[in-house]
Amino acid sequence: GDTSGRRPSQKQAPRAEGAAGRRGAQPGRKEPASGSPRPGSSQRKQAERRRQREELGEQGQSSAERTFEGRRKRDGRASLKEQRAPPKKEKEVPRKEEMWKRPKKHRSPSLASSASGGGSLSEEELARILEQVEDRKKLIATMRNKPWPMTKKLRELREAQEFVEKYEGALGKGKGKRLYAYRTLVAKKWVKFKRDFDNFKTQCIPWEMKIKDIESHFGSSVASYFIFLRWMYGVNLVLFGLIFGLVIIPEVLMGMPYGSIPRKTVPRAEEEKAMDFSVLWDFEGYIKYSALFYGYYNNQRTIGWLRYRLPMAYFMVGVSVFGYSLMIVIRSMASNSQGSASNGESTNFTFSFKMFTSWDYLIGNSETADNKYASITTSFKESIVDEQESNKEENIHLTRFLRVLANFLIICCLCGSGYLIYFVVKRSQEFSKMQNVSWYERNEVEIVMSLLGMFCPPLFETIAALENYHPRIGLKWQLGRIFALFLGNLYTFLLALMDDVHLKLSNEETIKNITHWTLFNYYNSSGWNESVPRPPLHPADVPRGSCWETAVGIEFMRLTVSDMLVTYITILLGDFLRACFVRFMNYCWCWDLEAGFPSYAEFDISGNVLGLIFNQGMIWMGSFYAPGLVGINVLRLLTSMYFQCWAVMSSNVPHERVFKASRSNNFYMGLLLLVLFLSLLPVAYTIMSLPPSFDCGPFRGNLLQEACLDSSRRRPASTIFQDYGTTGGSLSSCRLAIYYLNSVSKSLSRANAQLRKKIQALREVEKSHKSVKGRKTAQDSEDTAKDASNATQLQLTKDGTTLHRASQNETPDKKAQDPGTSSSASGTTLPASRHLSIARPPGARPDSGPARPQTHPWRSASGKSAQRPPH
Amino acid sequence: MGNKQTVFTHEQLEAYQDCTFFTRKEIMRLFYRYQDLAPQLVPLDYTSCPDVKVPYELIGSMPELKDNPFRQRIAQVFSEDGDGHMTLDNFLDMFSVMSEMAPRDLKAYYAFKIYDFNNDGYICAWDLEQTVTKLTRGELSAEEVSLVCEKVLDEADGDHDGRLSLEDFQNMILRAPDFLSTFHIRI
Repeated sequence: GDTSGRRPSQKQAPRAEGAAGRRGAQPGRKEPASGSPRPGSSQRKQAERRRQREELGEQGQSSAERTFEGRRKRDGRASLKEQRAPPKKEKEVPRKEEMWKRPKKHRSPSLASSASGGGSLSEEELARILEQVEDRKKLIATMRNKPWPMTKKLRELREAQEFVEKYEGALGKGKGKRLYAYRTLVAKKWVKFKRDFDNFKTQCIPWEMKIKDIESHFGSSVASYFIFLRWMYGVNLVLFGLIFGLVIIPEVLMGMPYGSIPRKTVPRAEEEKAMDFSVLWDFEGYIKYSALFYGYYNNQRTIGWLRYRLPMAYFMVGVSVFGYSLMIVIRSMASNSQGSASNGESTNFTFSFKMFTSWDYLIGNSETADNKYASITTSFKESIVDEQESNKEENIHLTRFLRVLANFLIICCLCGSGYLIYFVVKRSQEFSKMQNVSWYERNEVEIVMSLLGMFCPPLFETIAALENYHPRIGLKWQLGRIFALFLGNLYTFLLALMDDVHLKLSNEETIKNITHWTLFNYYNSSGWNESVPRPPLHPADVPRGSCWETAVGIEFMRLTVSDMLVTYITILLGDFLRACFVRFMNYCWCWDLEAGFPSYAEFDISGNVLGLIFNQGMIWMGSFYAPGLVGINVLRLLTSMYFQCWAVMSSNVPHERVFKASRSNNFYMGLLLLVLFLSLLPVAYTIMSLPPSFDCGPFRGNLLQEACLDSSRRRPASTIFQDYGTTGGSLSSCRLAIYYLNSVSKSLSRANAQLRKKIQALREVEKSHKSVKGRKTAQDSEDTAKDASNATQLQLTKDGTTLHRASQNETPDKKAQDPGTSSSASGTTLPASRHLSIARPPGARPDSGPARPQTHPWRSASGKSAQRPPH
Repeated sequence: MGNKQTVFTHEQLEAYQDCTFFTRKEIMRLFYRYQDLAPQLVPLDYTSCPDVKVPYELIGSMPELKDNPFRQRIAQVFSEDGDGHMTLDNFLDMFSVMSEMAPRDLKAYYAFKIYDFNNDGYICAWDLEQTVTKLTRGELSAEEVSLVCEKVLDEADGDHDGRLSLEDFQNMILRAPDFLSTFHIRI
């Protein structure tokens, strides 16, 4: 009753108001967003007149088409052929435009008449409007994916928004109507909020402009390192938050203060030197007895008035650092592998890929562009040569001999470097027992490791020149060898460290006895007045064990810091000073320095990425024994971001050999995962098999499970871990594996579907070729027309299959509309097939033309849109 | 909200955000880039949609495009009349398609148009020759160029009609591992 009375007025009002609003006066209600409001009434009048004309034409056409409703698809193809007859493009453009608009124009009068004349909307009309409104909304959401010029996009957008605005209110009855209005309002607000949030999010991504700068100078490969660095920084920031928020800050706020117990006090012997810079620089003295290291934490069950279970928190944070890292690495690996679903058949398209994807559109620097031109030319030449003589006759025996020789030499290098490190670590243990050792002797391990890392990779490269591999394969080998070198060095270092730990552990029992004995003597010594209780022994005087956990933490800390310094110094000397020298001495030198021998340095992507990965491995290993290590690492990554950005822009030149970033991304992630597992192993081993120190650290005595289990079930830590650790570990690794495999299988199934579609398309092409040949005798069709029909038929069948597969469990009425949607869908991809939309019967699905064209070409959207329920 | 800047109305900005892959800030940045190309030509007030075109010579000299061998094609494809002169709408369109967020299919569609030098809807042997010559700056001999074109047609031409249709091109380019990372301009 009242709703029907109100509806027409509601509908007329917006139109009038909109017209008034465009004249200049700002109306009270919110006008639909319009990109380019067209002022001037003459244009509007023309549009009005055109609309009338179209309506007139529409009636005739629609009545004619209603008779063909049953055979829509064939009808579409027939009219396609008719339309192809006039080949002039200029004429067709305006017609096409009208065709795009017609369905919408057609609808509005029918709606208005039904609303005003019928009293209330019938069910099906309502459903139809609802569907149209939904379609419009989807169109608005996917507008940016359309290959239309901006003016057209803006126009379509405005029309769709006006339509939604106008008819949204007309839907629903009584209470349902208000609910619907409320829901749309909420949805609108939600969209706005999401957009604002996205705006905010993109503003929060750091260093976007810096990386963009680098990208435009050096291409995407160098930028990939910086993106990797930024990602690493994010991961470390999370780890830092975990450790600081749950371990270090509670300890500082609520734990016992410095100097209260022996483990939190500098021993008497070290006291006078504890604040010297040289001591602090080695992380001894006050830093050693601070919350940055394992030994500072007390083994009280709970601390503070919150009864915070610090030992448990410490343990759980240690576990979750690894858990989070594993999860995030695997997740990004999975998302990377989803992006590159079908790289298996890249061999089929060598030349095509070279031609169409080798130019990096990001390049915005003439020098880089020159290099790129050169590299593209050489790569073309290479593949031409490969093509021409695929079975090249060479002295295969010589090549083999050289490769074996090169591998032998490299293995020798690796063994030598391993032995050198082992020897140096052993020697440093002797030095540590001696008094007043020199600076070099104290830092020998770090220096030797850094030097090895600096000089071995170039050595490997020289040796690899013997092998005569293809550059890409050679690069893989080089990466693998550097990886082996770093890994070998790290593990040798760890083994030597483990020896040290075992030595300390064997001494521990005697020290424990000495401590007990000292305390016993102190309290029971004679010559003290028995009546007055003796003040407790000053914590600095208590003899204590050589807390091996802190020692390990200090080793990692020093390694990290020295690694950082060596990296920076290398950049400063190797890149910056070299660049300065080349730049300024070039004026007074006998040969051209810039083009000749020293030249400028290239940015070493693989070395830098590997360095970053191994640094992260050290952080993972050390973070359990030195919670402050992650903080140092965050600082390191932050400074190296700025420093390396500056260095690369100021003193490096773009690469000559192009190293593709996209394909190697997952390779880096795989290396990172491997390093994560390899760094998990020693930590798990030490926690499980070695007894914790008796007088330092959050874990009491020999029993680690104090931290997480109740004391009634006291067992040796190793058995606990065998029970809980193995099951939990295997369970979590199973879940991770399932996650990864699941995402990989998703991408594979997508590739599978693509292949199936391709086979289908090929079959269709063959069929249509046959039929066209048969028809050719009868009718003399033009060449272009034939191709267009082939292509459109192909498109049609393809769409049919996709939609069919996607909509197997859908209502039949949806299926009935498929031909219409698919025919209009192909309209965007092929200009020739656009005319299909003419043949669409407007009665069945009036607006599918403008709303649906995105369904086919944008395959990602097609699945979702097809599975959407009809309203 | 939109009170601070008066270049666009709030509605215009919203509409541009719906039609491109950019956020509000990026649209403003793009506008200023566009305005910088021809400060005396482009007004600072776009609320009334002035019909302004920046000539190709200025568009092609942008640092993002100036080293690109296909810059003229890009400008032609995205301009309305195919002459390379661009309005702000064309300009936004171009960088929206070239942005990171644009889907593969959209990029493939425009890449096809860019490589289709003679605008006949197909990439024929002549188009391929043009592409190779531009990519290598003419450093390949004529036989090499023709060999490469032959090979490309051999690989990618699905229906064996001696030229690449959009369908063939999409088939090929959707398998290319580097297409998304290289067909992309950051601004």
